[in-house]
Amino acid sequence: MNPLQIAVALWTLVGKEIRRFTRIWPQTLLPPSITMTMYFIIFGSLIGSRIGEMSGFNYMDYIVPGLIMMSVITNSYSNVASSFFSNKFQRSVEEMMVSPMPNWVILSGFVIGGMARGLGVGVIVTIVSLFFTRLPVEHALLTLLVVVMTATLFSIGGFINALVANKFDDISIVPIFVLTPLTYLGGVFYSIDMLPAFWQGVSMLNPILYMVNVFRYGFLGVSDIPVVAALAAIAAFIVVFFIVGLWMLERGKGIRQ
Amino acid sequence: MAEPALSIRGLTKVYGNGFHALKGIDLDVAEGDFFALLGPNGAGKSTTLGIVCSLVQKTDGKVSVFGIDIDQDFARAKYHIGVVPQEFNFNQFEKVEDIIHSQAGYYGMPLREARPRAERLLKDLGLWDKRKGSARMLSGGMKRRLMIARALMHRPKLLILDEPTAGVDIELRRSMWDYMRRINREEGTTIILTTHYLEEAESLCRNIAIINHGEIVQNTSVRQLLAQLHAETFLLDLSHPLETVPTIDGFEVAQPEPSQLSVSVKRGQRLNDVFTALSEQGVNVVSMRNRANRLEEMFVSMVEDDNGDQQSSSVRIDDDEVEPVPGAEVRQ
Ligand SMILES: Nc1ncnc2c1ncn2[C@@H]1O[C@H](COP(=O)(O)OP(=O)(O)OP(=O)(O)O)[C@@H](O)[C@H]1O
Ligand SMILES: [Mg+2]
Repeated sequence: MNPLQIAVALWTLVGKEIRRFTRIWPQTLLPPSITMTMYFIIFGSLIGSRIGEMSGFNYMDYIVPGLIMMSVITNSYSNVASSFFSNKFQRSVEEMMVSPMPNWVILSGFVIGGMARGLGVGVIVTIVSLFFTRLPVEHALLTLLVVVMTATLFSIGGFINALVANKFDDISIVPIFVLTPLTYLGGVFYSIDMLPAFWQGVSMLNPILYMVNVFRYGFLGVSDIPVVAALAAIAAFIVVFFIVGLWMLERGKGIRQ
Repeated sequence: MAEPALSIRGLTKVYGNGFHALKGIDLDVAEGDFFALLGPNGAGKSTTLGIVCSLVQKTDGKVSVFGIDIDQDFARAKYHIGVVPQEFNFNQFEKVEDIIHSQAGYYGMPLREARPRAERLLKDLGLWDKRKGSARMLSGGMKRRLMIARALMHRPKLLILDEPTAGVDIELRRSMWDYMRRINREEGTTIILTTHYLEEAESLCRNIAIINHGEIVQNTSVRQLLAQLHAETFLLDLSHPLETVPTIDGFEVAQPEPSQLSVSVKRGQRLNDVFTALSEQGVNVVSMRNRANRLEEMFVSMVEDDNGDQQSSSVRIDDDEVEPVPGAEVRQ
């Protein structure tokens, strides 16, 4: 395909993905908005007012970046996981396989779709948070960069998950048993300075910790970990995941007999 | 010389479970042909077509489409292929027109070009009124036509149809036949079709291959194949039931029902003799028809011969006129 045709194909896929999650917005856009509003009310306003400061910020301000990040992560991941799995399940993935579209376009189309949902929900949650607090933004570009990178990484993760999944249950295992615990333990609600040295060390193995901290640094200017190293690590993960995803697609893993 | 639209050499497929679905088949389909791939359930038709359009990974062999080897440049080969699979494979929750537009997009066709094309195809296939509805609200026959429209969006030169008329009513089937004939004739689209309605193959296709147990057992023109038919069975409806089966010299006669006879007429024999003999015995025939479609008769005898006799290649029926007929017993 020539570059123009590639652009058309990619745009077709992205448009289709965006149409999908906006069509079923009560399942995709509404729930995270409601959940996050609850977090803001309960943890931020009610309990947070008793907790006092965390790393020199009031508790609400401290948790907002983490909660935005949490919505971006889960929504990017589950958008691609459910969309691609449902394409596999309904066999409409064959529409793409019989076409001359290169595999990297297929992968990118789904990933951009997942990013659109993750970032879209991120924006909604940010808007909701404005009803509770006025977030400072110390480093706008950095904030944007890290959230986009995170959305990319987890979209690719969702794609790989959908490729290996054989039934609908298989696409909820990772979000429930891996993503949620890692996010909760990733310093969304607390600073790892509060932990004993051993658990601080363990926490450093959690990739989500880095994303949450860099993101929070973008808003508040404080981070538990070095920012540049964290960005480099996320970038490395993106490259590795993309290659793995592409390789699996190339081999027809789970879609070609 | 023009490259064939499809050329297959030594194609084998062993599925993950160790099943040998294709045992080295060779097949050529000329450009502009209307070609039928026939075979009983599980013969390997969908497997073969699946390999050609990349849905199934081949184990061994060569496939080229208009001279483009799929191992060399599958993407370029795919531009020429449009495929209507046996099973529905579109997203049931999407709108009809979205499905069609997306498919064009996957081939790099921009929306402004896709829209008029989609309009024409949806109108031709009687789906224009349904374009705004979601695909799950279509009837079975409409879903099949949706897949045909989808396959044609990017103007393929080779159209592959895996049982396109399954579950389509008779009237609609005929209109689909007309449509397929038209694109074959007017646009020069090469069409390969599998079907279980042999009448369909006989009336549409010029050339035919029969596949059984993953092997091609016949590959010839429909005309020639029919010429090989050694016997045809006619059913005669009688004015009155008969107590005993009449005998007609040289013909095999059976009585499936009290007022019906079945007569096997071999090549070279004359129907006149049948009627003369029956008239002499005072038997009145009120109507007559073929027991089966001619191709069907051919097909059944081939596939059964093949199953019954593994040793000899009894499927190859000799062209010689005077050859005694091995497998042409009257079937009831
Ligand atoms: N994914 C698979 N794994 C294992 N065996 C398979 C698979 N798909 C098909 N087969 C087997 O391969 C053989 C050929 O199947 P295929 O679908 O090509 O038949 P077909 O000629 O299209 O039959 P039908 O007329 O029923 O559509 C069958 O025996 C089938 O059971
Ligand atoms: Mg089949």
